[in-house]
Amino acid sequence: MLAVQQLESGYGESVILRDISLRVRAGQVVCLLGRNGVGKTTLMKTVMGLLKVRKGEVRYNGADMTRKAPGLRARAGIGYVPQGREIFPQLTVYENLLLGLEASRDGAVQLPEEAHRRFPVLPAMFGRRGGDLSGGQQQQLAFARALVSKPELLLLDEPCEGIQPSIVDDIREVIRSIKGDGRTAILLVEQSLEFVKDVGDYFYVIDKGGIAWEGEPEALTEEVVRQYLTV
Amino acid sequence: MELFVLQLFNGLSISSILLLVALGLAITFGLMKVINMAHGELIMIGAYATYLTQNLFISYMPAELFDWYFVLAVPVSFGIAFLIGMVLEAGLIRFLYGRPLDSLLATWGVGLVLQQLARTIFGAPNVAVKSPAWLDGGMVVMGGTLLPYKRLFIIALVIACLVAMYLYIYRSNEGRRMRAVMQNREMAACLGISTRRVDRMTFAIGSGIAGIAGCALTLLGPIGPSLGTYYIVDAFMVVVLGGVGKLVGTILGATGIGMFNTMFEYWTNASLGKVLVFVCIVAFLQWKPSGFVAMRTRSLD
Repeated sequence: MLAVQQLESGYGESVILRDISLRVRAGQVVCLLGRNGVGKTTLMKTVMGLLKVRKGEVRYNGADMTRKAPGLRARAGIGYVPQGREIFPQLTVYENLLLGLEASRDGAVQLPEEAHRRFPVLPAMFGRRGGDLSGGQQQQLAFARALVSKPELLLLDEPCEGIQPSIVDDIREVIRSIKGDGRTAILLVEQSLEFVKDVGDYFYVIDKGGIAWEGEPEALTEEVVRQYLTV
Repeated sequence: MELFVLQLFNGLSISSILLLVALGLAITFGLMKVINMAHGELIMIGAYATYLTQNLFISYMPAELFDWYFVLAVPVSFGIAFLIGMVLEAGLIRFLYGRPLDSLLATWGVGLVLQQLARTIFGAPNVAVKSPAWLDGGMVVMGGTLLPYKRLFIIALVIACLVAMYLYIYRSNEGRRMRAVMQNREMAACLGISTRRVDRMTFAIGSGIAGIAGCALTLLGPIGPSLGTYYIVDAFMVVVLGGVGKLVGTILGATGIGMFNTMFEYWTNASLGKVLVFVCIVAFLQWKPSGFVAMRTRSLD
């Protein structure tokens, strides 16, 4: 579904990622692991089209997306929940969700039931401004906003970073249930090894801007963790 | 009492003119952060569009319909300024987003070109636009105070523009996209919004409203190629004083300047009154640099 080949990318003159190749198949949950600053978020931004690809290519459902704008990728079915949530602070929660419809491929004008069902706390906050929500609530809003367009591939960049434990549990539950439905593939950046081992189908470990290790959950041994992930 | 009503009306009238002139800028500068020095020339274009509409009516329409040309002139000036704004955005402004100094110089240059263009087409002397007969005269209130219909019409036009802008920005799908792009361009793009299209539309609408302002200015006196230069400073003043990015702030800014201007002019004279208004504005901005209405939310940190 998503195929990244020999990708090289970065900010301005500085190259962050070198020779990255990875695949996400339909319905699969693929996890990106790695220490801080190795390029996980850079990879997510490059897949979404926010950063220019210097070399290599990004293919999605067989189509070449390497030079396509983020909007086109969104309308092709890629949903993005960025690190830091990036909700629209001056818009209401409801308006934030409605903007998720921009990328929907069935031309829907009403919010699909799905967004409410997975995040039951949101409807009560529809009238409040996005910027007035707590960090955890903003994260749920950003997640729901990405689900509104019913994406086939979801890019989740540290969805549980810096939010209260009860909401972390809610969000993990949502990720599990999306995996259970099997309609949406997920590319997940996440720090909690315990959680990714539970939910992931395939793993890539990034180190120094390249893929240092990849494999199935069973192969993710203590040794791998010690070598690439412990600080 | 009579005097009070008259002064209040004068203040309101000046406020409405200031507001109309500044509304378009509230979009292009307030929302899009483009320092658009050609805003005055877009007003001038609206005024000449009204002049053209008038001439076309004189040449091609029966004389008894002449009075209605002004009803058509409002949408015509909006349309022409809208189109020129769209061309300007596509040809120049879009290369200058996030470069305030460059856009200041470039749009100033565009302003000069447009002024010269008007001189070439219509000639350097001012031209007169004849107001329709139904706007002559005025309403007499409280035994003797005359409120001219032209001034009342401009106040009504401003209110209509405000309502239309409010509905567009805060109630329509296009407006929601616009606000999303202005608040977080990257994320809006990631949700599938075409930011190019939104930028073009937003700038064009701001220009179109400047056109309507130009149309209204034809009611107040003759118009010439340098019409816009008289209003550009006032327009920026209103937007900056009101607080960049908020429609409510622009309304407050225009009302504040208009009211104080009338008051000071009554107490002193026209030029000293203007000086006092500027002093007040400078003092106020020292105290509150972000204007009357500042954006307040935790997520702007």
